[in-house]
Amino acid sequence: MSAKSEIMDRIRSALTDVPDVRAADDVEVVWRYGQPVQLPEGNVLEVFIERVEDYHATVVSCVADDLPDAIAAGLKATGATTAVLPAGLDRDWLSAASGVEFTTEDAGPLSADELNTLDAVVTASAVSVAETGTIVLDHSPDQGRRALTLVPDRHVCVVRSGQVVSGVPEAVARLRGAVEAGRPLTWISGPSATSDIELSRVEGVHGPRQLYVILVREGN
Amino acid sequence: MTAKPRLTPAPPPGELIDSPRFPVAARRELGNTAQRRNLRLATHTIRDKRANAVGEMENWEQLREAGGAIKNRVLRHLPEYLEQLEESLTRNGATVHWARDAAEANRIVIALVQETGSQEVVKVKSMATQEIDLNEALEESGIAAWETDLAELIVQLGHDRPSHILVPAIHRNRSEVREIFLEEMGRYGTPAPPGLDDNPTNLANAARGHLREKFLRAKVAISGANFAVADTGSLVVVESEGNGRMCLTLPETLISVVGIEKVLPSFDDLEVFMQLLPRSSTAERMNPYTSVWSGASEGDGPQNVHVVLVDNGRTNALADPHGRQALRCIRCSACMNICPVFEKVGGHAYGSVYPGPIGAILNPQIRGTDSAVDRSLPFASSLCGACTEVCPVQIPIAELLVHMRGKVVDAKKAESKGVHMPHAEPAMMKAGGWVMGDHRRLEAAQLAAKAGGGVLGRFTDHIGPLPWPLSKWTNTRDVPNPPTKTFRDWWNVNRADQVEK
Repeated sequence: MSAKSEIMDRIRSALTDVPDVRAADDVEVVWRYGQPVQLPEGNVLEVFIERVEDYHATVVSCVADDLPDAIAAGLKATGATTAVLPAGLDRDWLSAASGVEFTTEDAGPLSADELNTLDAVVTASAVSVAETGTIVLDHSPDQGRRALTLVPDRHVCVVRSGQVVSGVPEAVARLRGAVEAGRPLTWISGPSATSDIELSRVEGVHGPRQLYVILVREGN
Repeated sequence: MTAKPRLTPAPPPGELIDSPRFPVAARRELGNTAQRRNLRLATHTIRDKRANAVGEMENWEQLREAGGAIKNRVLRHLPEYLEQLEESLTRNGATVHWARDAAEANRIVIALVQETGSQEVVKVKSMATQEIDLNEALEESGIAAWETDLAELIVQLGHDRPSHILVPAIHRNRSEVREIFLEEMGRYGTPAPPGLDDNPTNLANAARGHLREKFLRAKVAISGANFAVADTGSLVVVESEGNGRMCLTLPETLISVVGIEKVLPSFDDLEVFMQLLPRSSTAERMNPYTSVWSGASEGDGPQNVHVVLVDNGRTNALADPHGRQALRCIRCSACMNICPVFEKVGGHAYGSVYPGPIGAILNPQIRGTDSAVDRSLPFASSLCGACTEVCPVQIPIAELLVHMRGKVVDAKKAESKGVHMPHAEPAMMKAGGWVMGDHRRLEAAQLAAKAGGGVLGRFTDHIGPLPWPLSKWTNTRDVPNPPTKTFRDWWNVNRADQVEK
């Protein structure tokens, strides 16, 4: 007998007490999915900024017209002189960043070693969560494949205000499409960190040690 | 005979299943003063943080309720969710393997690594691979497994065993970590910077330097998964340092070892568990990094993706309609952090990779009650119930401890097969039942106790150590003197007139 059929047999004989009804009729789950969460204070954007800063990441806000200046300032503030760009990132965003040498993957993917020599990465993002200060990448073309936002030590990340939701449930609902399309997700809450030594929090281990978030306030 | 030279640091000798009974191991661990101090500091810090993180959530109880119910639904209908998971993963380009036990899981993983031609793997922290002792199986096959989580690295380089499921090096302090890094890192790769001090930031940087070359050259990674989503065929890894992302992203081959109870029905269910897990485990609003991947993603990350679904005793636990609740566990570690017993003895006393209250109910279920250590675990608790209160999926841990005590007693009875083997507690209960079953016998016993109490009361206010067999009780507890007056005497003096005739 194959391992699978044997395990399935074991499971079925372990569950003889369970009535032969649909799972949803057998066990009720009392929960309304996808609902906004009640934020304790302030509006969604204010809470988002406060919570991202709680993780010791930098957050700046700007209007859409000022985004190129904000990105230039962000690269400068993190001390980056080289950066990698996802293929689908709007190149106009980088028009103000003089003194930074940009690398792309137009001629083919960079190796991990090559990525390791670059200072920073600039990306857009998919969805952000105010309550937890989380930014989610769905690795669309303006965010690039996962290695780009992992190996370089500085991540300058652009979040549009319309992408910020109140809590995790709304974010999960918005992300379903990307997952169904087979795209991976990376949820980022502050720079990489560890509490493994005496439970004392240290920021910066393997992932980018500096996270610089630019919140673009759109419309009113 | 000379032993084969090792590729990775050797863990302590012996198998966990052969560990001594909990009381014996606990006494050994209690002798380690530094460890007791480290544990006390760490567990108290995380307790307070967890209370704050959970206190922020107005709907915490509803979340726990939902989390418990979703897991119950999965466990009671496991075959259909596992079939769906396999189908979705396969559609997404992953290959699914099934393993009846640890040995089979290890054989599958070893064969997959050998197919790639690689002689080393990088590892994401994973309880399932520790449970099956994968690292040692790989070592015996000539494959070096490198742990990449900071605490796992401390444990591996320290020739040690993990003592906690979330913070495996919780029993070590910063100066011990410094010594381990200075002594061992250079033997297995990039050495620690000379002059390394014990500042946690500098220690973390030393780990970053040591592991980076391993990440950049690795061809194969091995992970577990916090959740396996049936409808979208996705695996989820929740982590902090980015070592998980390195392993899940850079190598060409990714092998994930996942217990069959890790399934969630739908991607939507993540909204419940991604609120419950981070606040219960690291006590943060959200952990720094969470990765979700659905098989192989074109042009992004490993293209050779395997998932090994492991039973290894989980179906034993599933067969007990009451005990199966323990399989709801999402490995957050809140129960061990709050436990007054764990706080004193640490994780090594439990003889398993799953220590603390959840380990005390899970191990005897998945491993059975044949070993001395598994028989002792359900008794490794004062039944104070703090674990039950903090469990994010509402596992009634204290209740299950009592349930498992019953099962251990039954197993012992079955073994003695008719040979009368009196056990002190049941014998005392039986005697008590006989005395209390008749008011004359009770009054006679009370009279005797009253006399004893009157005599003792002149010398002391409590009864200290008594001779065997009563010493089994009194060695760890004081017993108050019997009262000089029974409740009936007191009632007759104070309340008799209030009784309605």
